[in-house]
Amino acid sequence: MSQSDKYRHPIKNARGLGSAKDGVHHFMVQRVTAVALLALCVYVVYLLVSLIGSDYQAARAAVAHPCNATLLVAFLVAMFWHGQLGMQVVIEDYVHTPWLALTSQLVVKFVCALAALASIFAVVRIALGA
Amino acid sequence: MPSTTRPLSPHLQVYRWQIQMVTSILHRATGVILVIGSLLVAAALLALASGPESWACVLGLAGAWYGQVILIGWTWALAYHWLNGIRHLLQDAGFGFSIARFVSNSWISVIGSFVLTAIVWAVVAWCGGAA
Repeated sequence: MSQSDKYRHPIKNARGLGSAKDGVHHFMVQRVTAVALLALCVYVVYLLVSLIGSDYQAARAAVAHPCNATLLVAFLVAMFWHGQLGMQVVIEDYVHTPWLALTSQLVVKFVCALAALASIFAVVRIALGA
Repeated sequence: MPSTTRPLSPHLQVYRWQIQMVTSILHRATGVILVIGSLLVAAALLALASGPESWACVLGLAGAWYGQVILIGWTWALAYHWLNGIRHLLQDAGFGFSIARFVSNSWISVIGSFVLTAIVWAVVAWCGGAA
């Protein structure tokens, strides 16, 4: 770093470069997944209630039905995505220790991604009759 | 978890309790509860994919008294977050911001969540008991 750079305010480097263009991305994805979940949650609760009293084979057959399998995967993607976005905001608001904030954000992202992959894998496995 | 000794701006303890605070806090609380619940959804689906024994284990847990308590609480958390989520989406669209409307639709979220929970569990009972 040269001597003159020390007196240059960081904003001098940012000016004129425009925004990063993804300022509302989190906001938009949170709302798009929310709208999807409004419908998908009603569907999942209906599916669960309709399965009351059915045995293992009937439950598997219901999940294996192409319509249910498709909607369940859509539900799982929207749910874990929406959940990660929400937890991100909660952590941003309440965890002020930098290393702990970064660590918990990573843990939430990894857990949500893994849970989404595992549950989608389970639905696909049932749907394909394995 | 502040890492500094800087003074913080006034927080919850200095405000008189009002319904608008309750809806905001409950939305976050139920959101966190539902994230934990989403992990149970993943576990249940993996159990269903694994075989009859693990699925029987899920049904056993869901049918136990503590399972039923968790399921009813979970239903309420979902009902509340669902209803108040609609409220938030309408607010995003610019509706319901006058103080009187804001207070009344807060009450709709809170009371409605219990009504929805009661409806769902009435249907569950009518369908012949849970799980």
